[in-house]
This record gives sequence, C-alpha cells and structure tokens, in this order.
Amino acid sequence: MQDNLQSLSHGRLRIMSFVVNLFARTYTGWLLIAFLLTAFLVPPVLAETTEPLLDLGKQLTSAKLNKVGRVLDDLEQQGGEQVLPLFKAMLAGDLYFVKADRTLVILDSEQTTDDESVVASIAFSGEEQLGLTKQALKKVRINNSLRSQLRKQIALLTVNSSDPVLRESAVKNMLQNPDEENIELLRNARSTETSADIIEKIDLALNIAMLDSNLEADKLVAIELLQNSLEPIVRNRLQLFVETDAEGIFREENKSVVLAAQAALQQIDRKLRFYGFLERVFFGLSLGSVLLLAAIGLSITFGVMGVINMAHGELIMLGAYTTYVIQQVFPNHLEISVFLAIPAAFIFCGLVGILIERGVIQFLKGRPLETLLATFGISLILQQTVRTVFSPLNRQVSTPDWMSGALQINPGLAITYNRLYIIIFSLIVFTILLLVMKKTALGLYVRAVSQNRDMAKAVGIRSEWIDAMTFGLGSGIAGVAGVALSQLTNVGPNLGQAYIIDSFMVVVFGGVGNLWGTLVAAFSLGIFSKFMEPVTGTVLAQICVLVFIVLFIQKRPRGLFPQQGRASET
Amino acid sequence: MSAIIELPGSRRPGAWGSMLGSKGGNIFLSILFVGTMFAAIGNLFVPPASVFHVDTYTITLLGKYLSFALLAMAVDVVWGYCGILSLGHGAFFALGGYGMGMYLMRQIGDRGVYGNPDLPDFMVFLNWSELPWFWLGFDQFWFACLMILLVPGVLAFVFGFLAFRSRVAGVYLSIMTQALTYALMLAFFRNEMGFGGNNGLTDFKELLGFDLQADSTRVALLVCTALILGIAYLLSQFILSSKYGRVIEAIRDAESRVRFVGYKTENYKVWLFVYSALLAAMAGALYVPQVGIINPGEFSPLNSIEIVVWVAIGGRGLLYGAILGALLVNFAKTQFTGILPEAWLFALGALFVIVTVFLPKGIVGLLSMKIGRKKNTEVAVSGTVS
Repeated sequence: MQDNLQSLSHGRLRIMSFVVNLFARTYTGWLLIAFLLTAFLVPPVLAETTEPLLDLGKQLTSAKLNKVGRVLDDLEQQGGEQVLPLFKAMLAGDLYFVKADRTLVILDSEQTTDDESVVASIAFSGEEQLGLTKQALKKVRINNSLRSQLRKQIALLTVNSSDPVLRESAVKNMLQNPDEENIELLRNARSTETSADIIEKIDLALNIAMLDSNLEADKLVAIELLQNSLEPIVRNRLQLFVETDAEGIFREENKSVVLAAQAALQQIDRKLRFYGFLERVFFGLSLGSVLLLAAIGLSITFGVMGVINMAHGELIMLGAYTTYVIQQVFPNHLEISVFLAIPAAFIFCGLVGILIERGVIQFLKGRPLETLLATFGISLILQQTVRTVFSPLNRQVSTPDWMSGALQINPGLAITYNRLYIIIFSLIVFTILLLVMKKTALGLYVRAVSQNRDMAKAVGIRSEWIDAMTFGLGSGIAGVAGVALSQLTNVGPNLGQAYIIDSFMVVVFGGVGNLWGTLVAAFSLGIFSKFMEPVTGTVLAQICVLVFIVLFIQKRPRGLFPQQGRASET
Repeated sequence: MSAIIELPGSRRPGAWGSMLGSKGGNIFLSILFVGTMFAAIGNLFVPPASVFHVDTYTITLLGKYLSFALLAMAVDVVWGYCGILSLGHGAFFALGGYGMGMYLMRQIGDRGVYGNPDLPDFMVFLNWSELPWFWLGFDQFWFACLMILLVPGVLAFVFGFLAFRSRVAGVYLSIMTQALTYALMLAFFRNEMGFGGNNGLTDFKELLGFDLQADSTRVALLVCTALILGIAYLLSQFILSSKYGRVIEAIRDAESRVRFVGYKTENYKVWLFVYSALLAAMAGALYVPQVGIINPGEFSPLNSIEIVVWVAIGGRGLLYGAILGALLVNFAKTQFTGILPEAWLFALGALFVIVTVFLPKGIVGLLSMKIGRKKNTEVAVSGTVS
C-alpha cells in the first residue's frame, strides 16, 4: 500500500513524461487506489489525469449492466467534463472496446464506411486508433435506464460546463424536454450563468415549463412572455392550448388561456411569415447572384461581341476545377485557397477563351449560328477533356471554415455564410466589370468596336486584338464564377451544362449588351423562381421561368433594357 | 446565291418534275430501295451461314439509322431551307416517341411485372389506382398515331406562332428552342408527369399483335421506316420546290425583303416548322419500337444539337445531304463507342468545329463544289456565262 501511494505521488510529479511507463508498472496499484478514491470524494487534482478514468472506464467493459450505473456515477464524479465525449458516444451506441486489451474506443460512425477499417479514437486521450476491424471490437452494453441516466448526467455536466457553447447546447436540449429535474437544474444554472444569451435561453425554458403550471395566472404570464419567441418548441407548445378535440371543444378548459394562446400564436405566425419571406428573398438573391456570375461573362461575349459561346458553361466548369487543383496543390492553405483560385481561374479561363477566339471564332465572324455550333463542339471537347484528366465523377472541393456555417439571426431566420459571401462577391465582380467597361481604355475600345467595327478600325483600334481581349475577359469572368460555384454545388464535368441555358435566359431577358439589364434580370429571375418553388416545386418552377421568358420575349423581343441607337438596328 | 442552291434550282422543272428530277435525290432513293430490299431479303431468306446474311442486330441498327435520317431531314427542312436553326427538334422526336411508347405500353396488358391489365408497371409501382386521362385511348393504334402527329404538331404551331409572330429569329430562336426541349426534359423526368419518370417507357412486347422481338417484325419495321423516309423525302422535295418552297428559300436569304414584297413570312415559317415537327415526330414513333425504349434523355439539349451536326456534316440545304450526314455520323458513333467510348465526344466535338470552320456546306456541298467547279470551267471555256 505504502509502495503504491509512493508511486502515486512519484508518478504525479512526473506524470507527463512517465504516464505509460507507470501505468505498466503499477497497474494493480492504480486500480486499488481508484477504487479507494471513488469511495471517498475524489481530490480534484486527480481529475487532471486520465489514468484513473481509463481504469474506471475499463469496468464498463466487464461490469454487469446493473452495476454500470454506479461506474458511470464514478466516472462523472472523477472526470467531470472529461467524460462527456465518452458518455455521448455511449449514449449514441458508438462506444466499443478492443477485445484483446479492453481499451475503450469511440467509433466515428460517420466516417466508418466498411467493417474492415474502422475509424476510432481511444477514449479520453482522443488519440486516433488505426487498423482496427469491427471483428476486433465489442460494443459496450447499454440499456434504457442507463440511457436516461446518461442523458441526465450529460445534461448536468454540460449545463455546468466551463465552455459557453456546451452550456448553450445543454440548455437547448433541455428546452425539448423540460421535466422537473431539468428545470431545477436550469434554475440553479441561471444563478451562476454570466452570458446574457444563455440566460435568455434559460428563461425561455423556464417560461415553457411554466406553461405546465396549474395556475391560470402563471400560464397567462408565460404566454405573455413567450409570444415574442420564434423557437419552434414555443409554437408547438402554444398549439397544444388551441387544439380542439373531435367535437370542436378546446382541450384546454380555461377560456382566457386559449384566447391568450391564440393571440400569441397569431403574433408568432406573423413574425415567422415575415422571416420566411425574408429568407426566401435571401435565397432568391443568392440564386440571382449565381445567375449573375454565370451570365455576366456571357453578357460580355454575347452582348458586346455578338458571339454565342456555348462553351461558356464549360469555362465556368474549368474555373471550378481550378479551385480544386489549387486545393490539391496547397492542401495546407485551405483558408486562402479561394483567394488564390480567383486570379488563377481568371487567368486560366481567360487564356482558354483567347485560345478559342483565336483558334475558331475569328473565322466565323458574322455567322452566329455557325459560331454556336462550333463553340458547342468546343464545349464537348472541354467536357471530355476534364472527364479524361480528372474523372467523370464529382470532385470534392472543400469550403474554408470562414465560409461554412450560418449566421443565425433568430430561430426563424438563418443566413448561410457561403451564400452571403457569394452575393457580395457577385456584386463586386459586377462593379469591377462595369468600371472596366466604362472607365478604362479597353472598355472604351470594346464599346467602340461593338457599336461600329469599321469606324473603330478607321480611328486606329485593333479590332482583332479587342475581340480576343473581350472574349478573354468574358471567359475569365466565367472562370471566376466557377470558383464561386465550386463552393455551392458539386464540381463535375457537367457543372457548366446546368447553367448555360439559364444564363442565356438571363442575358436575353435583361437585354443583350446591357450589364445593368443582366443584373436586374439575374436577381429578379432568382427571386421569382424562389418564390415559385414552394408553390410548384423546383422543377416546375424552372419550367415556369422558362415559359415566362419565352412569353416575355414575345412582348419585348429585345429584353428588359433594349440597346438604344443605331447599333441595335443591325 | 451559293452553289448548292443553284444546283437543284438551276433548271427548275416545276414542283412535280423536281420531285423525281434531282439527280442526287434519284441516287438516294435507289440506294434506299436497294439497300432496304437487300437487308430484308438477307435477313429473312438467306441462311445464316451465307455471307449475304444480315443479322437482326444490323437490321435494327439500320432501322434506327433511317429514323435518325428522317429526323435529320426534318431539321434540314427548317434549317437548310429556311434558316431556322432549331436546337429543339429532339423534343418533337421524343414526343412522337412517347406517343408510340404509350401505345406499346398499353399493348403489354397484363403481361407486365405486376400483371395489372390496365396500368403500366410504373404506375402500379407509384400506387396509382387508375389511368391518367391523357393515357386514355392509347390502346387504339389509330388514336396513338393521331396523337403522335397532333401533340408535336400543336406544340410546334403554338411555339412557332408565338416566336415568329414577334419576329424572334437567329440565335434567339435557337436558344428558345433549346429552352423548350430543356423544359420538357425536366418535366418528363418527374414521376408525377405520368410518363415513367427517369426510366421512361420500356419492356414493350408487341406492335399491332406482332412480336417486337421477332425477325420478321424487325424487318417489317425497317421496311416501314425506309418507306416513310422515302415518302417524306418526296413530299419534302415537292413542298420545297413548289412556289411555297421558293418563298421559304427567299425568307432564308432575305426575310425583310420578302416581307416588304408582301408575303406574310411568319405564316410560311410557322407551317414549315409544323411540317418539320411532324417529320421529327414520325421519326420518333418509328425509332421507339425498334430500340425498345424511350426516356427523358431523348429531350436533352445535347441530342437536339447532335441532330444539327448530322445535317451540317451531310450538307444542309439538300435533303439527301442531311440523310447522308445522319447515316455517316451515326455509323461512326456506333463504331467509335464500340471501340473507344472515351473518344466519341472528342470526335463529335472536333466534327462540330471542323465542319463549321472548314466545311460550311458539308460533305455534299464539298462534292458538288468540285463538280460545280468542273462545270464552271467548262462553261468558261465555251464562253457562255449565264
């Protein structure tokens, strides 16, 4: 015993460097001490180490089911927050142990796809354990009473956790089942809570609990307090008050409570509708910005040069693949890969565009239908090239952390960052392009050539060069659009096809050769189709948009903002 | 005026005369007749051991090629003769195909997997209790035939009427037609549409009581296709060399002048468009029983644009040019996809580029240019320039 205690203190001094060594030498001693210590209350110092926890954990693998509850209590007492991952895994049924040495491992069921190579990490240390097969593992047994015990323990641990994120999620969980025990827990937690957000959440939970009160006054107060909340659970709970049974009689006997609940529900619904509307506008803007990015390059080549470029979609696709390649080349710089990809895609796709213009399109001047066919051929070649070089399958383009996630404005409205950034990005691209066309010498020449080629030549503009540059610019923008799209959709060889018809529609709708028209058309079509979707479904909405444009062209063959002046006559 | 238009038009012998008058057309009709007869006899009456035996696979393939030829001719009628580049003819083709497919579906009767005498398998699978209204009547062959022509015809009329009336032309029209077929593709992919969704219609058993797998039925279908192709060729030739056809050609070359002269060009274009859509629909109806399946993939814009390239390669503005192009490209496609499936899209893409840049008149144009040059030099030598 003495020896064991000595080795304990000895070990604690140099625990960091000798953990493994010690563990091997004094295995039984540790076990004994762990037992002793659990009998008394654990000195907090011990929680720093994972050693006793590991041993306790091992008991989970051998203890009878009716004893496991005790072990769990011990674990909670000793480990505190440290045991949370273990508890959660156990609750989820992902806690296993290696048959050979009874090491507890947490299985990553999301990443484990086949039984032969299991993705798992050792409990407590979190160390990745490789090379395990499912056969070598055994699940830690669990039953329903253990599950409810675990839930309670997890709730308790998280609500008192030092990490505010954990605390918040714990409160959220308790919102879902506000039983008395949880409410008690929350009341206690509220007194020590410092974060205003979490206090608000706790209040919400307490208010919901108050709905169950037997007193009318309590209920009315609770309803009054809750009518500004958009949490789905509030709505569900209030709904219970206004439900009627088969004969149309309210389940809730108290008339004033029913009335109050009805009023509160109306208010909540009104707000939800409003936020739903905002969300739909946002989705529409997001779709519109994608359309804008896809169409704006086309607006340049089609509108300014009069060239139908059916390979435009494939240039977008190449831009998306550029992002993929950049991420493969610099796997450690995912966060900035997008910023590298934007200029890279612009230059690469611009060069491809210039190549197409010089190689094919310049020979087809004044024959738009032939240009259409030739560029379609090019699009097939580009697609097949990508299929051959990469693969016909979709490639995985990862989203940087700062672009993933959502801005949760309130329970009724969340805005995903990637969409938000793409809206902003599309507007930036639009502004730059507008400035290039209006303020730079290149833009001046491009406009001059598009208005009157012969006259432009006569005053000394190299129209051939301008054609190549214009086409390169349009293609480069397509590449940039591809970078943006790679963050939203799957990157595959068919990426471009999905957008080519839509972007033509946008250009035609907006009026050929008019950048502002393209902007207005893209956003209005985006919003229009997002508002159609809930009524008709996605596919029908798309069809409706197409039909709408076909009909619109009847009325205004030159689009929303037709080109004015002599140039439009030709 | 270019060489190809001068060639058939150089001695306008009137509509009836030109129906059998053009040399290339005569050659084409003879080859079509002889080839079909040869294939039919080779399959049915020549023993399999003989070198002249034509196996059923080839018969089906030929039938498929000929229905594609009819489709190419439909595109050529509007594109080559009227300058309307339709990128949506696949839609009319597929609609015709679906009409035939619906008839064939109803013929399966209770021999389907689920054995329901009224409902096709996919409807049973979707738990539908009764036939949708638009399937009614498709158990009658005459009704199916009527619908095969009526539905694409009406669609072409409405679309053409709207588009041509507001003078949508050129690339705008092309994009519109592409949007049309794209929208239809999206629609037909939906299960709720009642056309089998993604899988389309398949597992056909018999046509008018004849087993579709039987050699004789296959040969009969080939002969039918050849016959209809021949008739359609003569009819198109007749229409295009009539006064109506001359106006059509004039519209292609200078629409506003024709309008100023006093013709209602949109009417001419609409009816030509409808005629062309009917040809495409017939091609689809002939295609489906031979290949045994129709699915929404036929609506895909790529298919429609492929038809255009057949016509471009063969030589537009000449009916037999389109037919030649369809046969050649499809033969090449069968060969290519057999040997090097990867390379087919490269080859097709390259064909698009090469033909448009270097061969604007297609193969037939190239040939006739050579002949024309020879003739021109002869004319120049004799000193009588017309």
